[in-house]
Amino acid sequence: MELLSGAEMVVRFLRDEGVKYIYGYPGGALLHIYDALFKEKAVTHILVRHEQSATHMADGYARATGKAGVVLVTSGPGATNAITGIATAYMDSIPMVILSGQVGSNMIGSDAFQEVDMVGISRPIVKHSFMIKHPCEIPEVMKKAFYLAESGRPGPVVVDIPKDMTSPTEKFEYVYPKKVKLRSYNPAVRGHSGQIRKAAEMLLAAKRPILYAGGGVIMGNGAAQLTELARTLNLPVTNTLMGLGGFPGSDRQFLGMLGMHGSYTANLAMHHSDVILAVGARFDDRVINGAKRFCPNAKIIHIDIDPASISKMIKADVPIVGPVDSVLTEMVAILKEIGEKPAAEAQANWWKQIEEWRTSQGGLFPYDKGDGSIIKPQTVIETLYEVTRGDAFITSDVGQHQMFAAQYYLYDKPNRWINSGGLGTMGFGLPAAMGVKLNFPDVDVACVTGEGSIQMNIQELSTCLQYDLPVKIVTLNNQALGMVRQWQDMQYNSRYSHSYMESLPDFVKVAEAYGHAGMRITRLADLKPMMEEAFAMKDRLVFLDIQVDTSEHVYPMQIKDGSMREMWLSKTERT
Amino acid sequence: MRHIISLLLENEPGALSRVVGLFSQRNYNIESLTVAPTEDPTLSRLTLTTVGHDETIEQITKNLNKLIEVVKLVNLSEGSHIERELLLVKVKAAGAQRDEVKRTTDIFRGQIVDVTSSVYTIQLAGTSEKLDSFIQAIGATSILEVVRSGVTGISRGDKALSI
Repeated sequence: MELLSGAEMVVRFLRDEGVKYIYGYPGGALLHIYDALFKEKAVTHILVRHEQSATHMADGYARATGKAGVVLVTSGPGATNAITGIATAYMDSIPMVILSGQVGSNMIGSDAFQEVDMVGISRPIVKHSFMIKHPCEIPEVMKKAFYLAESGRPGPVVVDIPKDMTSPTEKFEYVYPKKVKLRSYNPAVRGHSGQIRKAAEMLLAAKRPILYAGGGVIMGNGAAQLTELARTLNLPVTNTLMGLGGFPGSDRQFLGMLGMHGSYTANLAMHHSDVILAVGARFDDRVINGAKRFCPNAKIIHIDIDPASISKMIKADVPIVGPVDSVLTEMVAILKEIGEKPAAEAQANWWKQIEEWRTSQGGLFPYDKGDGSIIKPQTVIETLYEVTRGDAFITSDVGQHQMFAAQYYLYDKPNRWINSGGLGTMGFGLPAAMGVKLNFPDVDVACVTGEGSIQMNIQELSTCLQYDLPVKIVTLNNQALGMVRQWQDMQYNSRYSHSYMESLPDFVKVAEAYGHAGMRITRLADLKPMMEEAFAMKDRLVFLDIQVDTSEHVYPMQIKDGSMREMWLSKTERT
Repeated sequence: MRHIISLLLENEPGALSRVVGLFSQRNYNIESLTVAPTEDPTLSRLTLTTVGHDETIEQITKNLNKLIEVVKLVNLSEGSHIERELLLVKVKAAGAQRDEVKRTTDIFRGQIVDVTSSVYTIQLAGTSEKLDSFIQAIGATSILEVVRSGVTGISRGDKALSI
């Protein structure tokens, strides 16, 4: 038994929990903790340039590994700067533990310097939050925070620590709690066997089944089981934006992403299906289009760890609450036990129909390649896929480039595609890429971004230099807020209200000013060789400023409030 | 439809704000809310009434159950239950009115708990409907002040909300 101060307990706990990196920014309320960190060699602190980036770095790490990322921010503005990143993690169910400094407990409520009610402000965007009331509680509360963040439906957990709880002069007994229990928190550990059997039978009897899988498959470690089930039943598979990589993107059974910017084939297959097996997906409004017209003939089987996700947007016929990996494993076992195969004729007809849809478009995401005089943004992503042999971690910001990266990079593995799907946070991509690169130094990490998004956290180029994080920044520079402008083209008669990026910096010089390499690519012929050159520079961060077609739109694009199959296929054609 | 949802909550600071916050965050209604510690000091019992379609109520109960501090929950309206609300009302009672108010109070089995030369303070417990009827019977013109506790309830028979 050791006597430690509250500050030392925080740091020791992180070490005992196996946390290698934490991301943060110091401030008055945290100084005792930072002093304790100074003496701890096993936990490395990464000093970001803005607290939002600390949360996104932790988030990138969490999405790549499934483990909670840890953030350390000071009270007041440190805490509020972290809010966007916490909300980002919350919307995508990403495990994260945020340790926030707080003014001394005797000062709380007095409008003290750098005081903000962090527990209150973060309440709607956390899975849970704690405030430390006594230094003795620190180990147990922190263990609970990690347990809550990583178990069940994961999410961010805030631990608010008043400064006096970390006082270096008051020492208490420290024991690392191996396990904690909360009487009111018991996430499902397996699904209901009867329901799983019912679902299996329904899938066997289906004539036009489809597997629609979301981010829950990635976070629930269910990709292998999902793939096995899809193979067993020869199911067509579509992934949500969050679910990409949950099933191999280059596989023939894969129909591409579905939803607002999903493939023609995936959206039509959904619309015409008779049984939808939804796994770890939440029928998001960007997926289902008009809820009233959603898949009129489909019976819905919905597997999710969170009962509140089931029948929230679309009523499920067979709800199954449980972890996706165990439910899918059980479903495959039941199918083996039943020993039947789906009717061959119906299956052949369904696949024939799907192939017709696929070939009628010339592939999943066809686009006009033009005459080669300008670089198409889609081509950049295809080239990125070739140059990285489809094996990089790809993070993205938010907008057109995000959709292109989702459509044209084929993710064969889970956890490789890292983007802010739910909240849609611009500025996410670079710090997320940094969080990944730090933890996977030997793998290529590329941040696909735009000239708008990158400027929301561009200051992190400085952090990249400090910690030697040679990520590749692939900027699709169309000199406009592309997705905003696309909507303005389609709905506001091309009145480009504030979607034009004037006074763009010279990104090559910006990169160089921060000590990195920069390249501007303007010609299609240079695209691949220069990108290869950039990725060959293993130990340098390279900022690729790629001048792309300024008028390109993302297609398909579903037509608001319509059914899944109603979409624009180009600027002039619609279904 | 109106539902009475009753829950056992960890008796911790901030727990109530999570419940209330959930309702505003997800655009649900709260009509009334009562909360007090139970015989087990680590638990509070919270009862709320809300109005919504079945799908909304299902989401409300699911999301309440998701709150870490909610230990147990029951939708009392789904089974037979006893519902009570406490009303305290200050009524003008002078001259001929005094007898009339007294009679009405007796009919509703209320009690006059405070008296001045011109005012009666009446206490009445019952369903919200009964309290509404009483207020109507007394008449708006003679009422000086009304305070209602909000609905609380308990299920009938052997069923109990406990851990």
